[in-house]
Amino acid sequence: MASLAARRAKDTTVKVISTAFAVLAIFLLGWILWTLLSRGLPALGLNVFTEVTKPPGQQGGLLNAIVGSLIQIGIAMVIGGPIGIFCGTFLAENGKGTKIGAAARFVNDILLSAPSILVGLFIYTLLVVPFGGFSGWAGSLALAILVIPVIVRTTEDMLNLVPVGLREAAFALGAPQWKVVMFITWRAARAGIVTGILLAIARAAGETAPLLFTSLGNNALSTDLSKPMASLPIAIYQFAGSPFDDWVSLAWAGALLITVGVLVLNVASRLFLARSH
Amino acid sequence: MDATVESMGSGSVQPITKAKATGRISDPIFVALLWASGIFVLALLGLIIAELFQGGLPALQHFGLDFIWSSAWNPVTENFGALVMIYGTLFSAIIAVVVALPLSFGIAFFLTEIAPPPLKRPIGVAVQLLAAVPSIIYGMWGFFVIVPLMAVYVQPPLIDTIGNLPIIGALFAGPPLGSGMFTAGLILAVMILPFITAMFVETLESVPPMLKESAYGIGATTFEVYKNVSVPYGKTAMVGAIMLGLGRALGETMAVTFVIGNATRMSASLFAPGATIASTIANEFPEAAIGSLKLTSLLQLGFILFVISFIVLALSRALVRSRLD
Repeated sequence: MASLAARRAKDTTVKVISTAFAVLAIFLLGWILWTLLSRGLPALGLNVFTEVTKPPGQQGGLLNAIVGSLIQIGIAMVIGGPIGIFCGTFLAENGKGTKIGAAARFVNDILLSAPSILVGLFIYTLLVVPFGGFSGWAGSLALAILVIPVIVRTTEDMLNLVPVGLREAAFALGAPQWKVVMFITWRAARAGIVTGILLAIARAAGETAPLLFTSLGNNALSTDLSKPMASLPIAIYQFAGSPFDDWVSLAWAGALLITVGVLVLNVASRLFLARSH
Repeated sequence: MDATVESMGSGSVQPITKAKATGRISDPIFVALLWASGIFVLALLGLIIAELFQGGLPALQHFGLDFIWSSAWNPVTENFGALVMIYGTLFSAIIAVVVALPLSFGIAFFLTEIAPPPLKRPIGVAVQLLAAVPSIIYGMWGFFVIVPLMAVYVQPPLIDTIGNLPIIGALFAGPPLGSGMFTAGLILAVMILPFITAMFVETLESVPPMLKESAYGIGATTFEVYKNVSVPYGKTAMVGAIMLGLGRALGETMAVTFVIGNATRMSASLFAPGATIASTIANEFPEAAIGSLKLTSLLQLGFILFVISFIVLALSRALVRSRLD
C-alpha cells in the first residue's frame, strides 16, 4: 500500500478535480445563459410580442409563434394532464403489485426517455397522413404524449409518499375509492402533482422535433387547430438556420424567452415542492 | 393534513348513506377510469412501435434486410440504407458517454462528499437545470458559439499534432470544420451529464452509512471510501444510469442536427461531419413526399432508432429500478 502522504495527496487531487468538474457544470449553465442574454436581449423588443413573422428586412415578431405554442401546450395539458394523473394514480393505488401495473410502469419509464422525434413520426403516420395535412391538433397530441410520462412518474412518486394510514382511515369511514383518491390522497399529494404538471409544461414548451412533423409551423397568426400552426421552437429552428441577420436575432429573442420560461418553471416547481414539505 | 381529516369528518359522517349510494354508482366508473388510463399508457408504446414499423415496411420490402447494412443514402437514385446513420448515432452517443462519465463521477463525488451542506442543494439544482434547457437551445449555442471555437482553437492544433501520428491519427484527420461527430458528442455530453449525475447521487446517498464508517474507521481517505465502498455498492444502479445517459443521447435530435454537419457518409475521424438517425429524419423529412420511398425509408430509420433506444432504456431500467416491482 502507498504511503499515507501519497494517499492523502491522491485524495486531495481527486477532491480538487471533482470540485473543478462541479464548477465546470455551473460555468456551462452560466455560459449558455450568458449567450442567450447577450444575443437575445438586444433583439427582445415590444415587436416580438405584438407582430407576426414578416419577410426578412421588415421588422417582424413572434406573436404567431407565441400564440401557437400557448394553444398547443394548453391542449396538450388538457388531454395529457388527466390521463397522466389517472395513470399515476393507477400505478400507486390499483395497479400496485399487479402485472399490468408493473408493465405500465415499465412502459412509462421507456416513454419518458424515448426519442421525442419518434412521437412526432408516430402522430405523423397516425393523423397527419390519413387526415390530409399538418395541423395544430396533431402538434397538440404529439405534445400530449410527451407530457403524459412526466406527469405519471411524478404523480406516482408523490402518491407513494402519502401514508397508507390516511387512506385506511378514510376507507374505514366507508368512503368509496373515488372519494378517498380525490379528497384524501390527491389532496395530500397536491404540491407534488402540481410540480409534475409544471415540469410537464416546461418539457412541452421546449420540444421541437415532434412539432416538425405535426403542426409544421405557420408564418401567419392562426388559431385554427385544423391548419398548420406556428410554435416558438419551430420558429427558432427556421430562423436560426436562415441566412438573414434579423431573423437570426429574432431566433435568439425566442430562445431567450423559452429558456427563461422553462428554467423559471423548473425552479418554481422545486421551490413549491420544498416549501410544502 | 389537519384540514384533510377535518373535511373528511364533516363530509362523510352525516351523509354516509349518500356516500354509499353514490359510491355504488360512481366507484366502478372511477376505478375503470384508473385502469383505462393505465392500460392506455401501456398500449401507447405498442401503438408507436406498430405504427413506425408499418410506416417503414415498404422500405424494408423494397431493400430487404440489406437496408440495415447498406451505407448508401442517395435521394437521386432512390437508394437508401441505414448503416451510416446507425454508425453516427452510436458513435456520437458513445463520445457523449465517454466525456460525461468522468464528469458525472466527479460531480457526484463533489455533491455527496465534498460540498458544504448549504451549497449542496443550489449546486445540485444548477446541474439539474442543464437538463431543463431545451434541445434546440443547445443546438443554437453549439452552432453559433461552440462550432466556431472548435474550428479555430481546438481542432487545428489537434489535427496538427495527434493527427500526424500513425493509427490514432485517423481519429483526428480531416479539415477543422468545427462541426462534426466530436462537437455533437460534446454537446450531447453536457445534455446527458445531469441525468447520469442525478442518478449517481441518488445511488450514492443510499449507501448504508455503516459501510462507509467502517472504511473510515480503518483509516481510508474520502476518495478511497468513494472508490472502494460507495461506488462498488451502487455499481449496478450506476451502470443503469450510464445506460440511461446513452439512451438519451441516441435519440437527441435538435442539438445534434445543428452541429453534426449532416453528411451521409462514414468516416473514422472524430472531426468529420456525419449524421445520426434523428438528425437525418429531421433534415430530410421536408423533402420527402407522402408515399415516396424516401419517406418510408425515414420511417424505417425511425423504427430502427426506436428498437435501439428501447433495448438500451429497458436495460437501464432493469438495472436501476428492478427492485421496485
